[in-house]
Amino acid sequence: MSPRAAWRLESLGFHEVYDYAVGKLDWLAAGLPTEGTNAQKPRAGTLARKDVPTCHLDERLIEVRQRALAAGWNAAIVVNSERVVFGLLRAKELAGDDGQLISHAMRPGPSTFRPYVLAAEMAKTMADHKLESSPITTSDGRLVGLLLQKDVLEATGNTSS
Amino acid sequence: MPKEIDRQELRRMVAAGAQLVEVLPAEEYVEDHLPGAISIPLRHIDAEGTKGLDQNRAVIVYCWDVA
Repeated sequence: MSPRAAWRLESLGFHEVYDYAVGKLDWLAAGLPTEGTNAQKPRAGTLARKDVPTCHLDERLIEVRQRALAAGWNAAIVVNSERVVFGLLRAKELAGDDGQLISHAMRPGPSTFRPYVLAAEMAKTMADHKLESSPITTSDGRLVGLLLQKDVLEATGNTSS
Repeated sequence: MPKEIDRQELRRMVAAGAQLVEVLPAEEYVEDHLPGAISIPLRHIDAEGTKGLDQNRAVIVYCWDVA
């Protein structure tokens, strides 16, 4: 749609026309602010816990478990040096053998959601798929934070699961 | 010929005074739009609909995505 708009503007005499072709989706997926009636509604990106522990593929499970527990978490997200999400460690995975490498212990390729998704939509999705937590990432896969179902329910005024 | 730009270029150009136009239907604009954007749905891009734009300043258009 925007290429047609850009060409049409040129035909009307506009001299300098640019097309932000990846559009609003790209903007929202980057977690950038918007204006409008949805702008103040809670979204996945704003509710996601940014302090979730992270770890790397080559670490040992015991180190990650200790770090997570010390920070009050029973989960950790596996990322690379660019904070691109590779996997997830929930309580079950964290309880594995001490010496196990994270690359073997993790749940690989977890489903991720974009920061712009409204909390109300996330509440339904998480309930439908029985997700207690979900990583929130930008469109290029970088970690924003971990969204907890309890935070979503609280934000949407729904305390039942 | 219109030139495609990315998010970084958009931010730089808007900060420098470029006009930003969302061409999606108005109801989508009402829900969410980029800061500072105005709404001119595609079907309204004509001489009348673009009266509020300055032809001598850069204009950036966007919709939802490349589809």
